[in-house]
Amino acid sequence: MNDTAKGLVSPKIATERVAASMAKRKKRERNFQRLGRSAIAVALAFLIVLFVSIFAKGIPGFFQYYVEIGVEIDREKLDPTGDLTLQSLYAGDARGVIRSSLYAELDVEGRSDKRAAGKLISQGAEQRLRKLVYDDPSLMGTKQTLRFALDDDVDSFLRGFIKRETPEKDRRINDKMIDYIDRLQAEGKIVYAFSDYLIFGSASRNPEMAGIYGAFIGSILTLTVCLLIAFPIGVATAIYLEEIAPKNRITEIIEININNLAAVPSVVFGILGLAVFIGIFGMPRSIPLIGGVVLALMTLPTIIISSRAAIRAVPPSVREAALGVGASQMQTIFHHVIPLAMPGMLTGTIIGMAQALGETAPLLMIGMVAFIVDVPGSVTDPGTVLPVQIFMWADFAERMFVQKTSAAIIILLAFLITMNAAAIMIRKKLERRW
Amino acid sequence: MIMEHRKMIDDRKIKTAEMANIDLTELPNVTVGDISVENPRMTARQVQVNYGDKSAIQDVSLDIGSCEVISFIGPSGCGKSTFLRCLNRMNDTIKSCRVSGDIRLNGDDIYAPDVDVVPLRARVGMVFQKPNPFPKSIFDNVAYGPKIHGLADNREHLRQIVQESLERAGLWSEVHNRLDDPGTGLSGGQQQRLCIARAIAVSPEIILMDEPCSALDPIATARIEQLIHELSSEYSIVIVTHSLQQAARVSKRTAYFHLGRLIEVGLTDKLFIKPQHEMTNNYITGRFG
Repeated sequence: MNDTAKGLVSPKIATERVAASMAKRKKRERNFQRLGRSAIAVALAFLIVLFVSIFAKGIPGFFQYYVEIGVEIDREKLDPTGDLTLQSLYAGDARGVIRSSLYAELDVEGRSDKRAAGKLISQGAEQRLRKLVYDDPSLMGTKQTLRFALDDDVDSFLRGFIKRETPEKDRRINDKMIDYIDRLQAEGKIVYAFSDYLIFGSASRNPEMAGIYGAFIGSILTLTVCLLIAFPIGVATAIYLEEIAPKNRITEIIEININNLAAVPSVVFGILGLAVFIGIFGMPRSIPLIGGVVLALMTLPTIIISSRAAIRAVPPSVREAALGVGASQMQTIFHHVIPLAMPGMLTGTIIGMAQALGETAPLLMIGMVAFIVDVPGSVTDPGTVLPVQIFMWADFAERMFVQKTSAAIIILLAFLITMNAAAIMIRKKLERRW
Repeated sequence: MIMEHRKMIDDRKIKTAEMANIDLTELPNVTVGDISVENPRMTARQVQVNYGDKSAIQDVSLDIGSCEVISFIGPSGCGKSTFLRCLNRMNDTIKSCRVSGDIRLNGDDIYAPDVDVVPLRARVGMVFQKPNPFPKSIFDNVAYGPKIHGLADNREHLRQIVQESLERAGLWSEVHNRLDDPGTGLSGGQQQRLCIARAIAVSPEIILMDEPCSALDPIATARIEQLIHELSSEYSIVIVTHSLQQAARVSKRTAYFHLGRLIEVGLTDKLFIKPQHEMTNNYITGRFG
């Protein structure tokens, strides 16, 4: 054993020692693997908890309670002028038509009873009826079985959030209303169905009528503006910095600043948008155009950094090959470098867009948090976006908004996943070509 | 026996170190042998290349004749690849690289301020150490050069150019029925021949080859060497190689570089049988390098 201290060990001893050390090494390897697996397990567990809780709350949000009643569509009352214009329809008494049908259904007499019965049906019902006869005037004068949304308090009662045992003065619906609900239910007039308001409705203070349509369109408009600005500028910047710009102090400073920009809190970009676009240029508040520009500023660094990495990853041999056959610098960049770097650039863009889609803070600063009922038709119409809509709903007191919030979160996630899937498919297609 | 081998390696290390320590001023300023040829296609005089402060090659003067194969040999880092890359200005892509001296192609100074590298590189093609086909189809690989330089009149002409280039590169029979397959899917030797076809497609006068066979197996190497031999009737070929046998097999003339100097140049037969400079002798007999 003495000879080991002098230098090289003999092969025999070396073999023994290697064998002896194997057990320890293998144990370490196993421990490391176990650690990795448990890390993944924890991450997955969190993900599952997240999804289960969102879906458990959100799936009921996709449905709501409706009542089906036979309605005498009385032309005189609905369309006083008789020309079937929207003006005439709005002048007509759609609410009265629906209510009298409901009273007939429930045999309601007397003022207080009528008031209780009238509260059962959502205010959106009259809109529905007007739209129905406007789209199909032949329904005038007939009797139709129509489906109207129930008021959100009735909905909450049917879901069990408002308890029958609670003293009458403490609940939002009184005993008379509960009696009517029971009768309607016994006759099978109350149905639990997919909530079309959630998808096609816009912002509303009435929870049973509130929907994400306006916010969804706002998100699409904002993201389109963001993509159209951030992608070309980001990619062009990356190409210039990586391929053309001389490596000197100025480009170094620019580089450092771009990296710093990636770490700036997003709300700061909102303040910038507020100060510059709204303050100095005097553009209107709450419009997707400014939202898109602000989000573009926010995603630019992400796109630039990942695009530069993608360009740098293009093997120099490809550049050499192109230069070697006499391609100019521009031809080398556009024929070879960009196509090869495109999948990486797109990945960066997707990440940036996903960030932009989920961003709330900068949009609050430029007023996209306003309560806007109209669906934005262009980038200069006031609007809001999905995450801001979720933020607003989460703030409202009515019980039904809890489900709606979760449902909107599911829609936002679905939007995000669809976007990512589309981008991955585009990327795969580009990659296959090369 | 292991001890013996160890000693041998050590001895060689010492010897290399000694060689490396030689003061550059002690090296001959004049290259042994005849640097000029009759009717040269390319002439280089007093070429000097620096990477920043570091000198890569010094005072290299050499002619490259028409339709001849000349090989550059020498130990790693001796400047042979650097000199090769001066000939089509590929060194321009390296920011710190400074080239001085006089290099002429058919009498025109290729480093003159008004010279554009694009037409130059079309006339002086290049094949690299590692086969580097574009990640495109075989057809597009060969067609790329003619396309960007506008050599083809129409699609049919372009197809003919591609076919002829592939034929000359000895690849047509192997790939004619799968021209749309990716060029990167070929074997290493085929890829290198594809790169040669790509260089030929723009009808260059000179083809520079930077260790074209170092990544290939002996059979593929033999195929490339045969190809070089065939091509030499039409093009001047400059080949950098680490294989002395390869230099002896393919080239008419050989130039020996060492520590940034062109030590000796001459007809391959003479240089290998009776080198005139001691260093050349040491190198080709395998005493260092």
